[in-house]
Parts: sequence; structure tokens; C-alpha cells
Amino acid sequence: SVQVHKEEDNPQKTMEVNGLTSMPGSFDYDLIVIGGGSGGLAAAKEAAKYEKKVMVLDFVTPTPQGSSWGLGGTCVNVGCIPKKLMHQAALLGQALQDSRKFGWQFTEEVKHSWMTMTESVQNYIGSLNWGYRVALRDTKVTYENAYGEFVGPHTVKATNKKGIEKLYTAERFIIATGERPRYLGIPGDKEYCISSDDLFSLPYCPGKTLVVGASYVALECAGFLAGLGLDVTVMVRSILLRGFDQDMANRIGEYMKEHGVSFIREFVPIKVERVEGGTPGILKVTAKSTAGDQMIEGEYNTVLLAIGRNPCTRRIGLDKVGVNINEKTGKIPVNDEEQTNVPYIYAVGDILQDKLELTPVAIQAGRLLVRRLYAGATTKCDYVNVPTTVFTPLEYGACGYSEETAVEKFGEENIEVYHSHFWPLEWTVPSRDNNKCYAKIICNIQDNERVIGFHVLGPNAGEVTQGFAAAIKCGLTKEQLDSTIGIHPVCAEV
Amino acid sequence: GKNEYDLLVVGGGSGGLACAKEAAQFGRKVAVMDYVEPSPQETTWGLGGTCVNVGCIPKKLMHQAALLGSALKDAQHYGWNISQPVHHTWSVMAQGVQNYVKSLNWGHRVQLQEKKVKYFNIKGSFSDPHTVRGLTKAGKETVVTADHIVIATGGRPKYPMDVAGAREYGITSDDLFWLKESPGKTLTPFVFNVSLECAGFLTGIGLDTTVMMRSVPLRGFDQASRISKKKQICFTTQQQMASLVTEHMESYGTRFLKRCFPIKVEKLKSNRLQVTWKNADLDTEETDSFDTIMWAVGRAPDTKTLNLETVGVKTNSETGKIIVDASEATSVPHIYAVGDITEGRPELTPTAIAAGKLLAQRLFGQSSELMDYDNVPTTVFTPLEYGCVGLSEEAAVQRHGADNIEVYHAYYKPLEFTVAERDATQCYMKMVCLREREQRILGLHFIGPNAGEVIQGFALGIKCGATYPQMMKTVGIHPTCAEEVTKLHITKRSGLDATVTGC
Repeated sequence: SVQVHKEEDNPQKTMEVNGLTSMPGSFDYDLIVIGGGSGGLAAAKEAAKYEKKVMVLDFVTPTPQGSSWGLGGTCVNVGCIPKKLMHQAALLGQALQDSRKFGWQFTEEVKHSWMTMTESVQNYIGSLNWGYRVALRDTKVTYENAYGEFVGPHTVKATNKKGIEKLYTAERFIIATGERPRYLGIPGDKEYCISSDDLFSLPYCPGKTLVVGASYVALECAGFLAGLGLDVTVMVRSILLRGFDQDMANRIGEYMKEHGVSFIREFVPIKVERVEGGTPGILKVTAKSTAGDQMIEGEYNTVLLAIGRNPCTRRIGLDKVGVNINEKTGKIPVNDEEQTNVPYIYAVGDILQDKLELTPVAIQAGRLLVRRLYAGATTKCDYVNVPTTVFTPLEYGACGYSEETAVEKFGEENIEVYHSHFWPLEWTVPSRDNNKCYAKIICNIQDNERVIGFHVLGPNAGEVTQGFAAAIKCGLTKEQLDSTIGIHPVCAEV
Repeated sequence: GKNEYDLLVVGGGSGGLACAKEAAQFGRKVAVMDYVEPSPQETTWGLGGTCVNVGCIPKKLMHQAALLGSALKDAQHYGWNISQPVHHTWSVMAQGVQNYVKSLNWGHRVQLQEKKVKYFNIKGSFSDPHTVRGLTKAGKETVVTADHIVIATGGRPKYPMDVAGAREYGITSDDLFWLKESPGKTLTPFVFNVSLECAGFLTGIGLDTTVMMRSVPLRGFDQASRISKKKQICFTTQQQMASLVTEHMESYGTRFLKRCFPIKVEKLKSNRLQVTWKNADLDTEETDSFDTIMWAVGRAPDTKTLNLETVGVKTNSETGKIIVDASEATSVPHIYAVGDITEGRPELTPTAIAAGKLLAQRLFGQSSELMDYDNVPTTVFTPLEYGCVGLSEEAAVQRHGADNIEVYHAYYKPLEFTVAERDATQCYMKMVCLREREQRILGLHFIGPNAGEVIQGFALGIKCGATYPQMMKTVGIHPTCAEEVTKLHITKRSGLDATVTGC
């Protein structure tokens, strides 16, 4: 039967064949992973360890501006990695300023070259793409740079850049197609605006930029663009960092405002027009107030949309195999074993409903899933108390409940919030803000003052938060926290 | 007669001030005596003790200055147009640091005043178990009596006994941070974390720096380690980590003279210092000239002028440190001791502070909580920082046997090093666990940027009895260095390559 459908390439016939004979071993592959990102690749490499025949299908549909990238998914190409590197570039700009107070001498104004930075970042990403291809080859995972979609039970169609289609069957599938930035649906958005998919490989300096959105993507990008010396404005529809602790979100916003980022609150763009072409050109944005009829206009070199991301689940043939998705959000609901409503089809990563959109979560879920499938393991992915960090100019690390959610769940009288401002030692000599860095823990009084929420705003927030997350996983209580000696002098000791 | 104060604290450093301020919270009548005997080079400073004036604080600030030097080099790769090399001016840095330290001295004085703690800037010595007397700088005698007395006089750097000219021509960390002019070409014998940290930042700001090592790096409390492994600070016997740290420093530009020890120091006509040393490997004598020699051969407790024998406070005959029990009590009732001066305790600010606070709470606040010296995390602020908590690998092997422990390890590369084209060869971490069922974590060691920030949270976990499975259940934060701790899976036992690759 394998020979038959390879020669004839007839989907109808293939489906009939597969419908009748679904014995393991008669499939092309044990596992096909659709999507070569954090979750997909982790799952594929893990399955190969158990000597399974695995295929990864990865394909990047170019953005409206024509941007595309290699194997590795969002994180590697247009997410965590380039974001953190550009954030680092911005931090280094600040370090340059500090260094004068620490005795380093150089000419007054230091300029930044977008091209130098972007080239370095893209080179590094290229090395990662290459590294993944080698890793797949070494672990004997078959990789095809092709767009995968279901055409029938146990069968996918893979279409490559040249339009050539092939059919493959597998005993099991993992969908890990991730997400792509959302557009506003207003005149001029796809023609003239860019998204994070374009920003990190932009072949020219973005110049005066309007960032639309209040997600962590919006704030992180606005943050580093401002840090590199660009004129940045953020247009926010309502609140900052929806879903995050709002007290912390507001502190982040305040800090950014005091450090050169302008905010336009309670406005949404309604059209984008091109005033002048060029790289960058000049765009005119018209925006309407959400609180009334007021309209405003502004001119920018670049408009960066960061209003959210949509799962890539609408056009991968899920209806052909009966996989349920949430019609409104496009996300796929799974059980606690990452299984969809179709028993042989699983999903991991950003496309999952009610799960965190984070690389380490996708990797963990992917690996554990595969171990359960092929190595007899039983451990399920633990989605509780997953730590995260927002790499805004003042970094924010968090693990557990936000203050609002804790109050909602346990009641205000049952929680205790301990908090403190702190002044990083490294900020003293260069006279940087002494009242901006902040940390708080939220404790459940009824459960031995167990620490249920940890929040820190300050340098290296990610490094600080990681260990606390481990401690929270071990059931950390306030008493244990108090009895732990601090390392001096570091921020984390606060 | 009645004693004038409920509590007298002798020594206004980390431990002393914490104890005094805590006692004052309970409405007690408290006095603090603090005095700084000038160094042989005549350096002196204000209230706050070693940490604030000649320890942690200026050290970390100068370390930061050096790190910023590296950042300036990195910045070019990240697109900043800054012409290399960039020069460093010692006096600008020193002034910034010294001004900040002075603001802390001032802050401490204000705090004592606010808490109504009486402050005496006098050098005290015991005349009887409840009486301490001293002379002010002007020569006036003051007598203070108290119900309880806490000795927290800390330590001062030692000079080598057997090197001619050492005291006359050399400086110590007491002087380094207060120099108005650059130390220039510097030699620092021997090797303790202090000399590595100082050599590290001196190299970082562009000075020609040499470290002279008698034997192995970071071999701190060797003798003490046989006696009291339990109280061991994680890094003192951790040879592998020490080697990685010094390897990095060597590639960074610090010169190491290994298996050498100084014989004499002479002053040249040019005002430079000529050092003669013995090279034990080659069995020869070598010389070179330096602008500065900074001794870092250990610290001695400041007890000589206290007159402890008069009141019967027992000290360790070898180290001179005051012997205390688990409640910080000395051999004399109502006389206590905290901080660097106490025998068998880690010489760290946070432990002194915690011990001082708990002591005050037990004396005046009806608490019975004792200080827990186990699993104290710490960090060495060398150019590539080393943070750790719990047992070293050697200590774990000694205590449990090599077959009963598992060491997970990894070489990793911080993301920020990639674009900056920095060498991450020594970026390394390891977790020492028990092998039996639960796999409790005994120790965690991390070399890399921001090591202190990384280790702090994990120290909490270890305090909670964290196990290897719990660590693996913790999801990492991406992209950070710390996340690699939650991904450790290659054991030393397996012999496999421990280099971590990409996402």
C-alpha cells in the first residue's frame, strides 16, 4: 500500500487505503510533526531518541512585507532570541552612559548603527537555523521545508516552495504550527505596516516608530528601539500587558515613559497612508479615541503592529480529520496529555488553548509527550507556576499569581503581600533611579504563608526569577524565605 | 550598681549594627562603639564596618566598572560606534565609589540616631565583664556599662610575616578602595577570593595585574575544613570551579605566577617596588618591579586590643577567633559575638546581619530561633562570577561517598556572548545530588554573568529541600542563563560531552 500511493498520488485512493488498513508499520512514519519551532523540534528530536521514524514539516509563509526565515520557529527567528539580543544592544547603550561615571572616558555622543546590529543578529540566527538542520540530520529525523496540511485520516499533504505536493502518512501527528502576528484590518495595515515578523530582519533603520499595541511584544520592542536612540511612541487601546499583574504593568509603563517612550492612551488606528516612499518612508496614521469621537493624526517612518498573535490552525485541514478548534480564537483545546479530540493527533506550543505561550513550556510539553508515547513515561507537563520574564527596559520577572488573581481566588483577607523597592548597587554611582526597582511576594496566609506569587522589577529579572520559580515549585513558604541568607550585594537578595 | 545600657555592641559593622538596631526596636537602651584603627598606610574610614567601607560594596562597584569595560567592547558588535580602546581614569571611579560609601556611613549614623542608639567613636577594651572603656581620638576616656555585650569587631587583613618590606611597602584591601591615584602595575599575592576579585577588576580597568599563587586557588579554610565541614562555605574546597574562574582570568589578561611565593620587597629609586620571589617549580629566584603590591593573605580577627583575657572570653588558639555556641554566646555569660570574629562561621555580611538580628530577638524579643548556617549561598565577583550554595563536590563525596552522589553538569553559552563574540569556555554549572530515591540537591555551582542573581532563588529551593525531579519540573525562563539549571541532565558519571546546544 505504501508503494501504491507513492506512485499514484491520489488522495482519494490514499484515504480509502488508510481507512481500511490502519495497522502500525503500514504508515510512512511513526510520527509527523507539523511545525519546526520550539515545541515541534523538541518533540521530533526526542522521538528520534526512541528510534522512531520521524518527519518534521516546517514552512514559513512570507509576511505581507516579504519577510521569511529558516528552521526553528518563532523563538529562534522572530521571537525570544533576536528580541533579547536587541534588548541587550539597548542595555549596552545604557551601560555606555553608566560607564562614564565609573571612570571610562570617550567622546560625548555615541551613535548606533541598526545595520551592524541587525547583521550580527541575523548571522547568529542563521547559525541556529543551520544548527537545527544538522541536529535533525544527525538524529535521522526527516525534514522537509514544506507546508503541511491534513487531507484525510493519518495523511498530510506537503507543499514546498515550488508548489510540488507530496503525501505522507503517519501513525501519530503533533501539530506545532504556532502563531503569526495579527493585523488590524484597517486600510493600509498590510501594505505599509510591519510586525515583529519583519522588525528583526529589517534592512534599514526603522527611524521614528509608532508601536501599536500593549502586549509584551509591543513594550519590549518599543523599549529597545527607544534604547537604541529612536523616537518611539506606543499607541494603547486600553490597558498595558493584559493578563499580567497590573501594578507591575503600570510600573513598567511609567519607567518607559520617564525614559523616552511616548504613550498615546485609549486610541486605535483607523487608517495608515503613505506620505512618502523610501526605506524607511513616511507614513501617516489616523487614530480614533476609544472614549469619544476625537481623531488624531501622526507621521512616522515605521508603524509596528503588535496587537496579538493568531494561531496557524485555520488552513491546515483540521476539518478533514475532525480536530476541534475554538472557532473564535483558533486555538486547539487538548486534554492534560496534549491530545486533541482525535486520539492520534496531538498538539503543543502556542496553539494550545488555555496554555502559556512560552518556548520552554512548548519544549517541555513536546518532550514529555513523546516520552509518554514511546518510552512508557507517565509524567505530564506541569503548567502550574511557570515563570516568565518580560524584557522591557526595566525587566519584569514573575512566577505564580498576580495580585489581582490571588485576591480573586483566595480573598483579600487571606493573602499577605510583602514588598520592597530596592536600588541596585550598580545604579548608585551613575545616579540612576533609586525608587524604581521593586519586588513583591504574595503569600497564602491559610496555607502556612506559602508563596503563591513572585514579582520582581529590575535588572536581570530573568536570572533572579528562575531560582525563585524552582523554590516555589518546592512549596516555598515565607518562613523559609526569611530564613534563607541573601547573597550580598546582589539585587536578588531583596 | 545598675548598668547604663541594656546592650552594648562593640563594632559597628554588618553584624553589630544589625544587632543594635534590632534591639532598639524592642525599646531597649542600646549603644554602639565603633573605631577604625588606621592601616599601616594610614587609611581609615567611617561607620559601617568592612562590608560598606573596604569590602563588598566598593568591591562590587569596582567589579562593575570592569564589567562596563567589557560592555564597551561588546557594544561595538551590537552596533554602537565607539572607538576602541577606551581609557579608564581611576580617580573618577574612585571618587564615585568613595562618595557612595561616605553616603552609606552617613546613612548609618542617621539610622542610629533615629533609632536612639548611642554611638561612640572610640576604641573599646574590657575592664570587667560588664564594662568597656576606651579613648576617643582626642584622648578622653569613656566608660560604658551594659547588661549584655556583643562583640562584633570583625577582622583586618593580615600581612605576611616572613617577607621583608611587606608591611612597609605593601597595601591591602583596606587601602586599595581608598587610593586617590591609580595603583598602576599591581602584584597581588597570594590567592584568596579577595585577591582574585581585586586582580579581576584591576585587569578589567586596564591595569597590568599579576596574581602570585603558592599552590591552588581559593584554598581558603583548609585547616578549618577538616574540623568543621558542616560550616564550610561552598566555594572554599571547590577546586574545579576555582580552576575555571582562574582560567577565565588568564584569558582575560591577568597574569598568574603559579607555585611562587614572595621573599622580599624593596623600594627602588624610581619609587617603584622590586619584588623577589621563589619559583618552587623551577627552584629559582625571580624578580620584577611593580607600582603596587596588594597583600591578600587572609584576615585576622580584631581581638588583640579588646582585653578578652581579662574577662575570660575564650578564643581559638590557632585562629584567634572567639569561640561561640549555637546561640552566639561566648564562654562568659551575657557576652556574645557575631560576624567575622566568630570561630567556624562563614565570613559573610548577610550571615552576620541575620545572626545579629536573631541574637537581639532572642535577648529582648522572646524568640528562641537560632541562626541556621547551613546552605548559605555566596558569590565570588571575579570577572566571570562564581555563585554557589550548599556542598562542594569534594565535600559531598567526603560526606556521602562518590557512589552515593550524582553530579549533573553543563557548559553553556550566554546568549549575550554570541553577537559579542565572547569566549564562553568557562561558563559552566553543576548540581550535586544524592543518588538515592528522592535525589535531594546538596549543592549548586554556577559560573557565568550575574552568578549571584542566578543562585539566590535556587538557594531558597535548597532551603526547601529541593530535589532533582522538582528542578526538572520547573520550567525555564527563556532566554536566560539560569534556565540551564532547570535543564541539567548530563551526569559526570556518564562521561558524555556536557556542552549545551541551542534552543
